[in-house]
Amino acid sequence: MAADSEPVAGTSPTGPLDGHAPDADPRTFQPSVWGRIARDGLWENNVVFAQLLALCPLLAVTTTATNGLGLGIATLFVMVAAAFLVSSLRGLITDPVRIPVFILLIATLVTLVDLVMEAYLNPLYQALGLFIPLIVTNCAILGRAEVFASRRPVGEAVFDGLMMGFGFTAVLVALGAVRELLGAGTLFDQASLLLGDAFATLEITVWEAHPGFLLMTLPPGGFIALGFLMAGKRMLDRRRAATASRSP
Amino acid sequence: MSDPVAGPHIRPPLSLPALMGQVVLATAPATLFSVWLYGWPAFNLLLITLATALAAEALCLRASGRSVRTNLGDGSAFVAGWILAMSLPPWAPWWIGVTGGLLAVIVGKGIFGGTGQNLFNPAMVARVGLLIAFPVEMTRWVEPAPLGSSEAPGFLEGLRVTFTGAADWDAISSATTLDATRAATQEGEPVMSGLPGDYEPIAALLGFTPGSLAEGSALLLALGGLYLIVRRVIPWEIPLVLLGTLALLSSIGHLLNPERYTDASVHLLSGSSLLAAFFIATDPTTSPATRAGRAVFAAGCAAVIWVVRTYGGYPEATAFAVLLMNAATPLIDHWIRPRVYGRTRRGLALPTEQEPR
Repeated sequence: MAADSEPVAGTSPTGPLDGHAPDADPRTFQPSVWGRIARDGLWENNVVFAQLLALCPLLAVTTTATNGLGLGIATLFVMVAAAFLVSSLRGLITDPVRIPVFILLIATLVTLVDLVMEAYLNPLYQALGLFIPLIVTNCAILGRAEVFASRRPVGEAVFDGLMMGFGFTAVLVALGAVRELLGAGTLFDQASLLLGDAFATLEITVWEAHPGFLLMTLPPGGFIALGFLMAGKRMLDRRRAATASRSP
Repeated sequence: MSDPVAGPHIRPPLSLPALMGQVVLATAPATLFSVWLYGWPAFNLLLITLATALAAEALCLRASGRSVRTNLGDGSAFVAGWILAMSLPPWAPWWIGVTGGLLAVIVGKGIFGGTGQNLFNPAMVARVGLLIAFPVEMTRWVEPAPLGSSEAPGFLEGLRVTFTGAADWDAISSATTLDATRAATQEGEPVMSGLPGDYEPIAALLGFTPGSLAEGSALLLALGGLYLIVRRVIPWEIPLVLLGTLALLSSIGHLLNPERYTDASVHLLSGSSLLAAFFIATDPTTSPATRAGRAVFAAGCAAVIWVVRTYGGYPEATAFAVLLMNAATPLIDHWIRPRVYGRTRRGLALPTEQEPR
């Protein structure tokens, strides 16, 4: 986690969208800014696929799609709320103390999430264990606070938190689904614990007599599956770039 | 490509397909003997593993944009599948072979960039992956029942064993020598007494003991290994140092406390020590580049094998040992470097005669 804890500026192939971008001319930049934020958060500058942040909780909890979704939603909430608070207070927070203040704000929000989940989603809380409190140290949240929320207006910051959170949740669910499918032959096992009994239909047993491919449920399987997912994302990007260059 | 004309560019004696052919030739006696020993299920498993490995290699070549036709025949995937099959339980079901073949070629080799780019021995990546994923199937050993004997399954029954796993496992399964010593250690009994009643070095030498498909026959494996050393396909340091260190460590332990530590013959002749020493640890891609480096590598393998077999949680450890030392190979190569042509070991230019002293 040591290397993770340093906030990394977003590097998007479509150009940086981080605060003091030199070409941030409001007249040409403004119209597309919401679309750009959405595209960055969901795909181009995805927390996991492009920034390679938050890999520790990602690999630890994605043994099932449900666990991934649970942690994803918790992180999404913290991300949006942290973006709102940091952006609103950005005029008050001075540079030398900004990191402790960000952490303090994030920790407050995580404590909230932690207590709420313990009270109302106890089985999921048990399954995720330590990784709920550890959202505090989720470098993706601190990273967005540092490079985006502390430099942009509240609306954009909240929207960025939302999109980054959605992007992160999507990866968590995708990785959890791949590992669950290969490792146990099910999908969204125990989803009713998270979403209530109405969602019990989500629980699918794809392969009844699955012998249990234990490797995928263990950490090495997480690394292998993540590697293949990232390779798949790059392949899609490369294909899209190739089609774009062929038809200008 | 034109042939280089100047001094240091000596052509290797063999091409890659020819090298791989030599390896298959050298392992063929032990493998064929084991196929005879374990009957049709072992034959099916070998075929399935090889076919999957080749199909996966074709897939990887296609995905990386190289010609399948020119590269599939280089034999590297064939050898990876072959060595993997040799290290699997002989009556393993078909999906063990398929999963193993995919793991070996795609995860072990393809994603690193293909032949010659892999960090880890592909067959051992698959072996360890399977062992972790399917602990039950991967530790189910059977008594040898040679083809033609009354206990051996016929061809159709062999297909049933491979494809439906239909066998009377309670009647035919059996513990390996290393399983037995492990169990004795855990119960605090003298290890040598824990060996099956009929453990004889001669039986282990010939291969009539339960174990992986082709790790049994020490004699045939050693003959194949010596053939490869004579043909200079594999370096002699790795088998010599690996087996020597293993013998040394086990002998010291056995001398100090025969109740607790098995002797060198058990360590050398049981499990996959010989298979690893001659055919797995010697993989040129994943072992160090210098002679001294290879000696360190082999000694490390032997130490890990002995420590895990004696104190660890698994009865057999050659695959773990090879993977761990594969991971250490870049480090070994960093510290023990080959001499650059025309320079001394310290990297200075070689003194020439014309130079005034």
